[in-house]
Amino acid sequence: MKILVCISHVPDTTSKINFTEGDTKFDTNGVQFVINPNDEFGLTRAMWFKEKQGASVDVINVGGPETEPTLRKALAIGADAAIRVNTPATDGYSVAKQLASVVKDGAYDLVIAGRESIDYNGGMVPGMLAKLTDANFVNTCINLEIEGDNVTAIREIDGGKETVSTKLPLVVGGQKGLVEESDLRIPNMRGIMQARSKPLTVKEPVAVSPETTTASFEKPAPKGAVKLVDNVDELIDLLHNEAKVI
Amino acid sequence: MVLVYTESEEGTFKKIAHEAVSYAKGIADMMGTSVTAVSVNGGNSEELGKFGASKVLEISNDKLSKFNADAYADVVAQAAKKEGASVIVLTSSANSKFMAPLVAVNLEAGYVANVTELPTNTSPFQVKHSVFTNKAFAITEITTDTKVIGLGKNAYGLKENETTATTEAFSPELASEDFSVNVVSVDKATDKVTIADAEVVVSGGRGLKGPENWGMIEELAETLGAATACSKPVSDMGWRPHSEHVGQTGKPVASNLYIAIGISGAIQHLAGINSSKVKVVINNDPEAPFFKAADYGIVGDAFEVVPQLNEKLKAFKAQNA
Repeated sequence: MKILVCISHVPDTTSKINFTEGDTKFDTNGVQFVINPNDEFGLTRAMWFKEKQGASVDVINVGGPETEPTLRKALAIGADAAIRVNTPATDGYSVAKQLASVVKDGAYDLVIAGRESIDYNGGMVPGMLAKLTDANFVNTCINLEIEGDNVTAIREIDGGKETVSTKLPLVVGGQKGLVEESDLRIPNMRGIMQARSKPLTVKEPVAVSPETTTASFEKPAPKGAVKLVDNVDELIDLLHNEAKVI
Repeated sequence: MVLVYTESEEGTFKKIAHEAVSYAKGIADMMGTSVTAVSVNGGNSEELGKFGASKVLEISNDKLSKFNADAYADVVAQAAKKEGASVIVLTSSANSKFMAPLVAVNLEAGYVANVTELPTNTSPFQVKHSVFTNKAFAITEITTDTKVIGLGKNAYGLKENETTATTEAFSPELASEDFSVNVVSVDKATDKVTIADAEVVVSGGRGLKGPENWGMIEELAETLGAATACSKPVSDMGWRPHSEHVGQTGKPVASNLYIAIGISGAIQHLAGINSSKVKVVINNDPEAPFFKAADYGIVGDAFEVVPQLNEKLKAFKAQNA
């Protein structure tokens, strides 16, 4: 089984979010970038398929050279090879088109992406990629088992979960549950050393026109200070008369 | 024409379907056009007229009795083509988010998710949507002829707009490829309010010391008709099921009222609950970061405050019923 894991290069969750150039660009100054958490659960599940079922695992990112350390980290965790499509990630559709081209050329059986990236939260790349490559698609996937071509997956739904069956080729929008937090791997020294000599191929992009363009960013209006109350009567009164939520 | 997919469950429209129609009507008014709703094995179509739909395409098909993203996306795309829709409105339910990218590719339409308000402009078509897990907003232009919009959770509210909805039976062509992912079983608590649909969420953290102390959280939730939730450490330790974990890697919450009990307020937790309208925190540590993000707070011992709050709320509810 050939697996491709999509790796978004995103600001660490504790990063301060600021914008620059007249609020048109994300300010990367002082920001630490990491593997998108939803992607990391998928990567770790892919490692399981590699170790237990002999799958090969490639990782991919669409972005500039600045994303390579994040791909190297995925290699250090255990991926076999990395691909970087050398173009800025403009909108979800363009990213999906770039990935689709690589998926078709590489004849991947399974693509695992996060259900959404924690920066733009679009949650559209996995579904678009599935549609563009005629693969089956399971979103918000929290459990994935594969035997031959047969897939059994559990996906989270509002208020519960459901089990689905399908076949490869498949694209998965993954999240926590594919593996648990405690299963995530911190790269060890051996992994980091090996990652240096693993292949990281830079591919030139295919021609795509974006479908959406972000004009500007805004930060939420600053929040007023918390109103501290001494007793529950006062709280109930405020929730009823002031906030009007009960 | 603005097309809106109206989600239903067992023949009843969900509240988000009403909200989606309200929102679609808002866009249609800006564009000087009307709203057509797509109802798959749905409820009473007249209901949708109340929120502004002037036409309802009714699809009744046993093959669509269980949600199937490919098939539902195909149905919505065919409806959009038939009606010549320029804007398609979906929501942020798990099913909507599953099918939206499939609809977008099918219609060669640009898609923006988590939209927080009516378009800032319809020519060029610009929408505001939340990004960086609610820490910022982006204004994005959709440049394609057809646009797909995913309305954010609890972002617009219900707006009544009495319209007479005509109904039309619609029988889309379903292909075998539409059924290549099949539901085997569904595991869903039907007696509980879900975090996705809840107007009030009561959430507990590590400050509750152990799973045996969740009784008071559940009682408070019952009094308020609320869903129960928890912080990440609580689900990681197995005190509560993962399905209750809210935060960046868990479920997002966009309720009207979010009550955090014994939760310190790590940045990842706050990111997930930020779009709730009113936040209340109960914590014995006045330095807990949650107090900076909350609207109302009580510094106190949860084991004293929560049972008191529950009793007083019961009395309040009885009085105001």
